[in-house]
Amino acid sequence: MSDTPIPTRNAARDAAFTARLKKRYAQERRFKYTGLAAILFSVAVLLVLLGNMTINGLAGFQRAEVAVELNLSELGIAANALTLSEPGALQALEIQGLKDITQFYTEQQLGADAAAGVSEQAWREVAAQVIADPEILQQNYTYHLPASPDLASAYAGEGDPAMQAMAADMVEKGQLSRNWDWGFLTRSDATNPQEVGIWGALKGSMLTMLVTLALAFPIGVLAALYLEEYAPKNRWTDVIEVSINNLAAVPSIIFGLLGLAVFLSVFPSYRSAPLIGGMTLALMTMPVIVISGRNAIKAVPPSIRDGALAIGASPVQVVFHHVLPLALPGILTGTIIGMARALGETAPLLMIGMRAFVATPPDGFTSPATVLPVQIFLWSDEIDRGFVERTSAAIIILLLFLLLMNGLAIYLRNRFERKW
Amino acid sequence: MVTVIHPNLEATDAKMRASNVSVYYGDKKAIDDVSIEVPSKYVTAFIGPSGCGKSTFLRALNRMNDTIPSARVEGTVELDSEDIYSDAMDVVHLRARVGMVFQKPNPFPKSIYDNIAYGPKIHGIAEKKDDLDEIVQTSLTRAGLWEEVKDRLTDSGTALSGGQQQRLCIARAIAVDPEVILMDEPCSALDPIATAKIEELIAELSGSYAIVIVTHSMQQAARVSQRTAFFHLGKIVEYGKTSDIFTNPIEQRTKDYITGRYG
Repeated sequence: MSDTPIPTRNAARDAAFTARLKKRYAQERRFKYTGLAAILFSVAVLLVLLGNMTINGLAGFQRAEVAVELNLSELGIAANALTLSEPGALQALEIQGLKDITQFYTEQQLGADAAAGVSEQAWREVAAQVIADPEILQQNYTYHLPASPDLASAYAGEGDPAMQAMAADMVEKGQLSRNWDWGFLTRSDATNPQEVGIWGALKGSMLTMLVTLALAFPIGVLAALYLEEYAPKNRWTDVIEVSINNLAAVPSIIFGLLGLAVFLSVFPSYRSAPLIGGMTLALMTMPVIVISGRNAIKAVPPSIRDGALAIGASPVQVVFHHVLPLALPGILTGTIIGMARALGETAPLLMIGMRAFVATPPDGFTSPATVLPVQIFLWSDEIDRGFVERTSAAIIILLLFLLLMNGLAIYLRNRFERKW
Repeated sequence: MVTVIHPNLEATDAKMRASNVSVYYGDKKAIDDVSIEVPSKYVTAFIGPSGCGKSTFLRALNRMNDTIPSARVEGTVELDSEDIYSDAMDVVHLRARVGMVFQKPNPFPKSIYDNIAYGPKIHGIAEKKDDLDEIVQTSLTRAGLWEEVKDRLTDSGTALSGGQQQRLCIARAIAVDPEVILMDEPCSALDPIATAKIEELIAELSGSYAIVIVTHSMQQAARVSQRTAFFHLGKIVEYGKTSDIFTNPIEQRTKDYITGRYG
């Protein structure tokens, strides 16, 4: 035993300790508040963005419409529910002179000046409404026709003063109004912002994503499984690993150039097609899936593999009965991240011609199409003021689509986690 | 240094026979020229200090070392006089015949039922639901777990307690009807009560299977085994009847180890 006395309470040391303790707590508080400030700032930015988008975007779901009352059967359109259900109904109506009838009677009702404020393509909407509900042929029905770009901007308080005065006059007579435009969700691109729709781009995005998923998911997962479970660890697999990591960091425009140079020279007739777009985006998504897949596979405890091997499972059975199901939630998360990035991607698709003006929705993987982000880019580039709100509306649709995709993936992930 | 075979050891029919086995991890020699016979109706215990190669040798008996890329095995290991490292021996078939229970319980994250049924399913032992049900029940009964889990067979195997998980793993190994069961420190992660249950279970199973158990606990080796091999620095120092090894060891190092001088 040594003779050192047991330390007793020392007032001076206690005071110094208390002072230091105070400083330490102050430091902790400062750190906490800085973090809180960072969070609040991010939330504020997000709220401003979303608020701005919603206010603009809600207006984007509306349009200026001119009300015209027509009784088409009295005006000489001979059609019935049967003929209108046929595929050529639009052409049939056109041959019967629907365009001229619409134009003539609009002029008669509103006067020449006001009638000029109705879009030239208005008859197509009349036709669409008639085809959707043949009953209205037989009666006096008020059709809400899209305004021309000039009238719409005059209504919004811009442009030629004479035009603005006329718009104000029409509003007073109940001939011009802003209405909810649900057709925005079913139409495609057009030159008049009152007549555009998002369906073409939405369908294009869906088709492109399907191609991307169908290519990138199996290739990515199989590559990840092979690299983790089968490949020997040597210089070649190191090279492959580094290459895949680099591939994930390559700017997307480069993939666009690759798609242009490789895919379009093999399939030159599929320019602007979702097939080529999907293939290009799959190149970009695949490395993300491989990397996240490998991490998810690495996270499966080796004891599970040992347990399965020890009761005589073959390596393939170990992989497909145990490793893959356990890694799947992680792989799905990686896939969502990759797909979300692909969904928002514009640059590579510009390179392969998906920026074309496409006025009809694509009917397959090989017909010309555009996608949501490219559509947003194209509309934001338009001169007509009416496109500003339409752009915001398209952004809202894109975000909703993204949300839907993520929700689906989270649902799937939870399902798999419950089962295992 | 040659292994000392205890003179009292009478000849029994050997289930597995290892001759001049050496195991390397890269350049490092983990097992050095080990020869031993595993009798068919007894429990054989491998004891020895940490890092002496007991587990490595155990894993050489059902080729689990194959999963470690740098591991290499020399010498021959025979199961019923067939060389398990020859090309004629299929490793999947071998592991169905030589089952293994690990140090840490590793039930599959599936239902208790599926944990047991998985092996018979992949080996095609039982195709029909009724047969599977029967295998599940017999295996769980033999592992002493049936009464505890019969009402919750659909619960996840990972929801059981540690001791129950380990018995589930033993039941899983029995379900494919192996000839040999290798146990790698099966009780080291368990409390004394769970350990006692596993030891009871080993005693019950010893009539039906050749069992090899690696253990750190000399008391456990003395309680459950009939044969004991003392490993030191990658070699078997002494091998004989458990009673002889613990009461009348020949080698000085064995004496030192069982009296607790090192290890």
